[in-house]
Amino acid sequence: MRSLVYPLLAVIAAFVAGGLLIWLIGDDPIATYALLISSALSWPDGIGYTLFYATPLIFTGLAVALALRAGLLNIGAEGQLYVAAFATAWAGITFANLSPWLLIPLASLAAIASGAVWGGIPGVLKAKFGAHEVITTIMLNFIGIALVSYFTQYHYKAAGDPIQQTISIGEAAHIARAGKIVPGFPERIPLNVSFLLALVACLLVWIFLWKTRWGYELRATGTNPSAAEYGGISIRKQIVVAMAISGGLAGMVAINEVLGYRYRFYDGFSVGYGFTGIAVALLGRNHPLGVLLAAILFGALLRGGLFVDIFTDNVSKDLVLVLQALVIFFVACEQAFRGPFSKLGLLRRSKV
Amino acid sequence: MEEIFTLSLIFSTIRLTTPLLLAALGGLYSERSGIINIALEGIMLAGAFTAATITHFSGNPWIGLAAAVLAGALVAGMHAVATIRFHADQVVSGMAINILFLGVPALLSGALFESTGSTPQIPKDQLLPNVPIIIAFALVPITAYVLYRTPWGLRLRAVGENPEAADTAGVRVQAIRYGALLVCGALAAIGGAYLSTGQSSLFTRNMTAGRGFIALAALIFGKWRPVPTMLACLLFGFAEAVSIQMQGVAPIPVQFIQMVPYVLTVVVLVGFIGTSRAPRALGVPYQKES
Amino acid sequence: MLELRNITRRFGHVVANDEVSLSVSTGTIHAIVGENGAGKSTAMRIAYGFYTADSGEILVDGEVRRIETPHDAIALGIGMVHQHFMLVDTMTVAENIVLGEEPGSRASLDLKAANDSIRRLSRELNLSVDPEALIEQLSVGQQQRVELLKALYRKARILILDEPTAVLTPQETEELFTILRTMKGEGKTIVIITHKLAEVLAISDDVTVMRDGKVVGRLRTAETDAPELARLMVGREVLLRVAKGPATPGEVVLRVAGLSLEGRGGRRRLSDISLELRRGEIVGVAGVEGNGQTELIEALAGLVPRSTLSGSIEIDGRDVIGMPARERRRLGIAHVPEDRQKRGLLLEFDLIENSVLGDQSRVPAVRRDGGIFLDSDGMRRRAEMLVEQFDVRPANPDLPARALSGGNQQKLVIGRELMLPPRVLLVAQPTRGVDIGAIEFIHRKLIELRDAGCAILLVSAELDEVTALSDRLLVIHDGRLAAEVDPASTSAEEIGLLMTGQKLEMSAGTKDSGAPT
Repeated sequence: MRSLVYPLLAVIAAFVAGGLLIWLIGDDPIATYALLISSALSWPDGIGYTLFYATPLIFTGLAVALALRAGLLNIGAEGQLYVAAFATAWAGITFANLSPWLLIPLASLAAIASGAVWGGIPGVLKAKFGAHEVITTIMLNFIGIALVSYFTQYHYKAAGDPIQQTISIGEAAHIARAGKIVPGFPERIPLNVSFLLALVACLLVWIFLWKTRWGYELRATGTNPSAAEYGGISIRKQIVVAMAISGGLAGMVAINEVLGYRYRFYDGFSVGYGFTGIAVALLGRNHPLGVLLAAILFGALLRGGLFVDIFTDNVSKDLVLVLQALVIFFVACEQAFRGPFSKLGLLRRSKV
Repeated sequence: MEEIFTLSLIFSTIRLTTPLLLAALGGLYSERSGIINIALEGIMLAGAFTAATITHFSGNPWIGLAAAVLAGALVAGMHAVATIRFHADQVVSGMAINILFLGVPALLSGALFESTGSTPQIPKDQLLPNVPIIIAFALVPITAYVLYRTPWGLRLRAVGENPEAADTAGVRVQAIRYGALLVCGALAAIGGAYLSTGQSSLFTRNMTAGRGFIALAALIFGKWRPVPTMLACLLFGFAEAVSIQMQGVAPIPVQFIQMVPYVLTVVVLVGFIGTSRAPRALGVPYQKES
Repeated sequence: MLELRNITRRFGHVVANDEVSLSVSTGTIHAIVGENGAGKSTAMRIAYGFYTADSGEILVDGEVRRIETPHDAIALGIGMVHQHFMLVDTMTVAENIVLGEEPGSRASLDLKAANDSIRRLSRELNLSVDPEALIEQLSVGQQQRVELLKALYRKARILILDEPTAVLTPQETEELFTILRTMKGEGKTIVIITHKLAEVLAISDDVTVMRDGKVVGRLRTAETDAPELARLMVGREVLLRVAKGPATPGEVVLRVAGLSLEGRGGRRRLSDISLELRRGEIVGVAGVEGNGQTELIEALAGLVPRSTLSGSIEIDGRDVIGMPARERRRLGIAHVPEDRQKRGLLLEFDLIENSVLGDQSRVPAVRRDGGIFLDSDGMRRRAEMLVEQFDVRPANPDLPARALSGGNQQKLVIGRELMLPPRVLLVAQPTRGVDIGAIEFIHRKLIELRDAGCAILLVSAELDEVTALSDRLLVIHDGRLAAEVDPASTSAEEIGLLMTGQKLEMSAGTKDSGAPT
């Protein structure tokens, strides 16, 4: 129960603070929130888009959560998913003539592997040189995004296309949209099979972290590196492995984006999925189930944010960014909610 | 290539170093007191947006600058309350502030100017003169003096190294940390204000483009000392100046030129971090009862 | 005069001080004795304003005073030397001493005035401390003097010392006592917290005995003796000696030859260490903390980078110097680290997960050795067995290790290491911060293990402990083995001299100790 109370309080606090901001810029907070929520929960569009936006957030949320379990803050999911999306499109373009049975796994593999490489680099830099992952991952975001922008512009763009995007991937690489599976669900909604993949990823991450020796070693490193080393665990290896897995998970965003939605790499596609992943992971207490719930919440916000942008006088979709930041902030300030009973709080923790 | 290395390159280097240096010196006060300040980026953004907005409305860049300082101190104060009072994870709190000030200026500018994140152009005669440059470089010896030759500086260093020792010696650890963070907020915000109302004439979305993080890298590279930190900032400023001058001149895709400061940051972190020792209590909340 | 009246202080559910009252007269040396966790330090930290009391009052010179911060205490003339020195290593002696009470103006720190007044103070007490030296360059004894100067610089009339002798050699202790007597002669009031009875009898005028957060005795030192104090401290008659039979050493299991360790900045932490460890014996390593004991144990356990080591470490004749910790463990090398919380336990993890740390790739953590999937039933059975055999309380394997007391955490670590079962046990500070009941239990387990044929290398800062448990005793100083002595026939003074690096004529074969015979 307790693991639900504080995240809930943090979300409420964030909405209150955000509401204050809405009121400040001259809109009605209650009406804005009502619009936000109702547009996210309508059937089929609201729910469909909410889950569609939740899909990348599950992947980035898992990515950040897994790294945090190893004691690492991966702020580089954004760069990792960009690099992965380009690599996926590249695979889909280059091997366009393969059969779907080969091309889809191959392109997905490209997504995971390229994300893992881009995430693994800061891991190696930390393990070998002690460079703090927070700064290196941020820098690698800039570098990665610039790099794929270069490749897109100079090598993979259709001639004369004014939009910064690659040519289309082969049709064999397209994965099924929900409309093909759920009867009566419109196929224009881009929710696709990768949502199921995200659910599987949650399960696998849970098994990995709590049911395998590798997960044990990773968590031990995160909670007490000195004791982990004492237990014969190589800290450096754990850092690299955790960052690579984290990058691979972030890279899976590309499966949803490239194989399930746009069928090409579009420069600027991410609305900050990597950064939102931090909020998702923290709100979800670095647990796959929590990540799933938090990702759906933020997916709803992203969906609702678009409507708020259009149908309110002053509030823009940046409200979502603000709410997200406030959630992270209030989750970090958990102690504030314990108030004068902090001693009792500690007491409860030691007994549970 | 020769014509690139001219007097204008030197001036450009100094101008581009200024916001970095202000942020890095701000970070120095914060981190020397034991508080990791990843929030530099967000503080700069808050400062840049506030300065541009207030200058736009008041027509006076000095009022804009003063407002930016206030905003910076306020944002840093948020970080301070979270990390000092509530023992929030310093990196996480800093990251939240960074994302918050990616969003808040965009939200406010939408309401104030009906734009998606930028402020209106400020007329040329209402821009800040080069005063922030002088402030930034004058602050290097001043910071060194404060740090090593004043009681407050002694306490600041002690609190960052061993807060418990400082506490038992009668130093009010939390007060020193709050003070350090307020100074940090003010300085980083001046850096931001200079970006929006000195170097350019408006605020644009995410205009700091990672400068807060680069300043942090410079601080690490400079071993948390004022003069070496300034030299590190000059190096980054120079890299940026070169990359700007090369754009359109050298036959290299713009993306690669833009990458230079970021690649340099990684190289510097990787190459020199081993020789750099952080304040010992950096990142550790100070709690007596545990 | 300093007086505490009915002081109560809780930490979470633990009552650290329960209605504590004590009174210290001006110009005397007052000892506060008690077991670990008896609440001595808490009481004195309250008097110094480092903690605040939940209830009760503090009187200074007969007046009730509010002491809520160290600042208040300092203003009232109270100074404190903490067990862990409160010094900033990277700053100079003078900077440390004046911190918080800086001479000069707000805008300018007058370091020259600071240096002068420190030199003057230092001369008055014969302390010979250089105000411009960096703390990290000073020995532990010198650092303690800096702490004394810090209090005196603040014009302390009442000086509290928390376990001041824990890190000192017997000789340094004697020097400290001389200083304290001088200070008493000058009219200062001194409170000394300790758990060493000999010291109480040697230096104090009055004694207050604490147990379980309560005061259980107020005595004049002249009118009491060690057995009475011990009985009060523990609440029952205690065995001051460890019961053990003679050792029957078997073949050599661990042989170390010419082991050296180059630390950071080229500093030698271990120099040319050679020793042998046989089955069925306990070899103790005595020394002042920080002389290489930790490094020696960690090097043998495989926790020191290979590149910093030279020499050889052989297990059963096989060189393992380049072998990682995990594989050494497979050869039967178990390790009880000196800092169980930082090194030996995952405090946030439950006892089940802690019970397999180090053995996570072997049965019962996994179904078969080298397996990937954890065997939760096997792990739980292991934890239950461990909790039962080693009397870990509360006996609930689902608790996080953080929820256990220090003594129970230590029993958990020792139990886990003994489960291996080990052929060689490397054990550091086995009873640090552990209550008396657990100390007896741990000592008994170590001796049982020895008698079962395990080779044990024991490091302890408690000279009494190493001499009582060891069959052979090595003395380490400055990373070198200074001597091997017979613990039964060598006096504490002699060992103390060796610990300071002075050679004794009577200690035979300092260099060849442990060499192949």
